[in-house]
Amino acid sequence: MKVNITVNGQPTEHDVEPRTLLVHYIRETLKLTGTNVGCDTSSCGACTVHLNGEAVKSCTILAAQADGCSVTTIEGMSKDGVMHPMQQAFMENHGLQCGFCTPGMVMAAVSLLKENANPTEDDIRIGLEGNLCRCTGYHNIVQSVLAAAKK
Amino acid sequence: MIPAQFDLKRASSAAEAIALIGEYGDEAKLLAGGHSLIPLMKLRLAQPAMLIDIGRISDLSYIKDAGDHIAIGALTRHMDVEKSSIVLQHVPLLAHATSHVGDAQVRHRGTIGGSLAHADSASDLPATTLALGATYVVQGPHGQREIAATDFYKGFLESALAPDEMLVEIRVPKTTGGWSFQKFNRRAQDWAIVGVAAWRNGNASGVALVNMGSTPILATSVSAALASGASIAEASELAAAEAEPQSDSNASSEYRTHLAKVLVRRALEESTR
Repeated sequence: MKVNITVNGQPTEHDVEPRTLLVHYIRETLKLTGTNVGCDTSSCGACTVHLNGEAVKSCTILAAQADGCSVTTIEGMSKDGVMHPMQQAFMENHGLQCGFCTPGMVMAAVSLLKENANPTEDDIRIGLEGNLCRCTGYHNIVQSVLAAAKK
Repeated sequence: MIPAQFDLKRASSAAEAIALIGEYGDEAKLLAGGHSLIPLMKLRLAQPAMLIDIGRISDLSYIKDAGDHIAIGALTRHMDVEKSSIVLQHVPLLAHATSHVGDAQVRHRGTIGGSLAHADSASDLPATTLALGATYVVQGPHGQREIAATDFYKGFLESALAPDEMLVEIRVPKTTGGWSFQKFNRRAQDWAIVGVAAWRNGNASGVALVNMGSTPILATSVSAALASGASIAEASELAAAEAEPQSDSNASSEYRTHLAKVLVRRALEESTR
């Protein structure tokens, strides 16, 4: 079946199997490999992207469900070579160790700030419950999001 | 993991979706937010040959004040229920319990109707709507009928929905008085090992249990004891009277029974404050 999905502002159109997951459309069809597949069971959040501006887990959405929608991936966050303030905050606050969870963390954190521009540390910890860091670097991730909220 | 092959059709109305499930029968499953069904399909625990995508039926996404109850369209997303000023004001237990479903990403996609129709006793909303005395409106080829939440859950992932029916609306009576939602799990986003949804207003109460059997359990003995003057400590000892909790890798049956008593006591204490 044919799907039309706007990804990072660019219209894309491809013929896909109905069972194609959005994350595979992003990684394999569009070759945008910044979005990671971690657990593949909608637990870890590594595959988090924005669907119409909201954080979702792209391993648990069919490309067909995103037909006609707008998707933003981590590649779409920087503008003209300048990092998004959230990316900058992760860099400045050592919000990443191995970096595998980072694209999903950044996408989830940006979505969180859209819904709550002035979160407490608890709000951030609860708001990011759907994203796991296997380096257990949560402290600096939370500090990064707090720093980004102040920007 | 990729699901087994299937075909997909989009329905633009409830009537069209019902006609399609009538046409494809057992081969077909309805796809709403997909956050219960797609994981099962990836694990090949479900292999429908036809998915009927109802996620674009926008007129089934609403929250209305209907006088003595709140009416919620089956395709209303969890995030919209938990943030709804109508739900927060009139059924705060439902708003709060909904905020404990999965995580933010899941709640941006998952729907109340999808969660209830999936009929998983480990999910938060079947027990919560059971405690609240909700009624579900289902639609089939010959029109609509109402099913009380108490009559809806028939077994593990089994409901009173006929194969050619779909859930279209959830009616939740307005509540006054105290309420509590207790969820005991090991990781933030997990299903409850045991959960309790409770409300109390004088002698009247509703208490339901998450993950204490193959269906959500209404703890009628607890409410009966409270109505006849039992203390919270006495009533919560009856927490598991209607339950047949299973043992699994998270907890033994005995541990679940213990948890239910503790969590019902905490829920009643919080509801009575």
